[in-house]
Amino acid sequence: MSHPLDASQTLDREFLAIRSKLLDVAAALDRIDRAKGSVVGDPRLDKIRQSLGLLSSATADRTEAVEMIFSLPYQADWRKV
Amino acid sequence: MYFFDPHIHMASRTTDELAALSRAGCVGLGEPAFWMGYDRSGLDSFRDYFRQLTEWEPKRAAAYGIRHYCWIGMNSKEAENVAFAREVIALLPEFLDRPGVLGVGEIGLNKNTPNEVATLEALLDLALGRDEQILFHTPHLEDKYKGTRMILDLLRADRRVDRSRIVIDHCEEHTIRLALDEGYWAGITLYPTTKATPERAADMVEIYGPERILVNSSADWGPSDPLAVPAFISVMRRRGHAESLIRRIVYDSPLRLFNQSHNFQFTPPE
Repeated sequence: MSHPLDASQTLDREFLAIRSKLLDVAAALDRIDRAKGSVVGDPRLDKIRQSLGLLSSATADRTEAVEMIFSLPYQADWRKV
Repeated sequence: MYFFDPHIHMASRTTDELAALSRAGCVGLGEPAFWMGYDRSGLDSFRDYFRQLTEWEPKRAAAYGIRHYCWIGMNSKEAENVAFAREVIALLPEFLDRPGVLGVGEIGLNKNTPNEVATLEALLDLALGRDEQILFHTPHLEDKYKGTRMILDLLRADRRVDRSRIVIDHCEEHTIRLALDEGYWAGITLYPTTKATPERAADMVEIYGPERILVNSSADWGPSDPLAVPAFISVMRRRGHAESLIRRIVYDSPLRLFNQSHNFQFTPPE
C-alpha cells in the first residue's frame, strides 16, 4: 500500500516538523555539553551518534535501523544462556 | 467514525475521559489486566482488581454508550516471584468465563528474565489449555526486540497455538514484521516517548497494509492519551486515505478479533 501523497507534497508537509525536531536534538546535545560534569564514554551518546549518522545516509528503513541501534541483541539459544 | 480502542486501561483513567471517548465515536474498548504502577501486596489485591475489570468498569463505560471488554492475566512486571505468580494464575479461571472477558492478557515479558519466562509459560499453558485468545505485552525500549523474539520462540514451540487468535502488542518498526509474517495480530500502541506516534502508525499501515493490524492507546496512569485512536484517524484522513481503510483498522479489525472470544457479545450501533 502506498502513501497517497507524492514525495514533493510529503516534504512540503513534513519540512517544518523535521526542522523543529532536528533543532530539539541539537539543543538537547548542547544542553548536555553546557551542563557540569562529563558524559564522555557513556554508551548512550554513542547510540545517538550512530543514529544521527544513519539519518544522513540514503538507506531505506531508517526507522527500523534506528530502533535496532537502541535494542539489546537477541540470541537464538537464549534458553541455554 | 465509530471506533474501538482495543487496549486501554480505563481503571487508571477518569469518567470525564470516558465521556470524551464517547463523544469522539468510541463504541467499545478492551482493557487488559496490567501493572497498576505498584506491586500488589497479596492475592486479594488481584481478586479485587479482576472484579473491578469485570464488574465495575463495564458499568462505568456503559453509562456513556461504550461496551467495556477485558483480558484477565498477570503482567510481567509482577511475574518475577514465580511462587506468588502461580497463586495468581490459579485465581484466573474464576474470572475467565465472565461476560465480556476476551481471553488471557496482557501477559508477556518485561526484562526478559528466566523467572518472567517461567511465569509466562504457566500463563500460556493455562490459556492454551482453555482455548483462550491471548494478548501479549512486548517489552519496552531496549528490551523489546529481544523479548518479542523470545515470545515468538515460545509460541512456535507449542503446537496448540492458533496464531489467528493471538495479539502481539506494542509492535514498532523493528518488531511488527516478525508478528505479521508469522500470522499473528500486531498491535501498534500510540504512546508518547516510549512507543509509536499516530504518524509512525500510519507509516506502518502504509508499509504493511491493514490486515491484522490493530491501533490502540494503552492509555494508563502514565503520560498517555486516551484519544490517541482518534488522533490516528485524523492523521490517516490528512494523508488522504479512504474512510473504508481507516474504518477497517479502527473498527472492523478489533471487532473481528474480539468476536473470536467465547464471551464476546456486541450489538453494532445503528
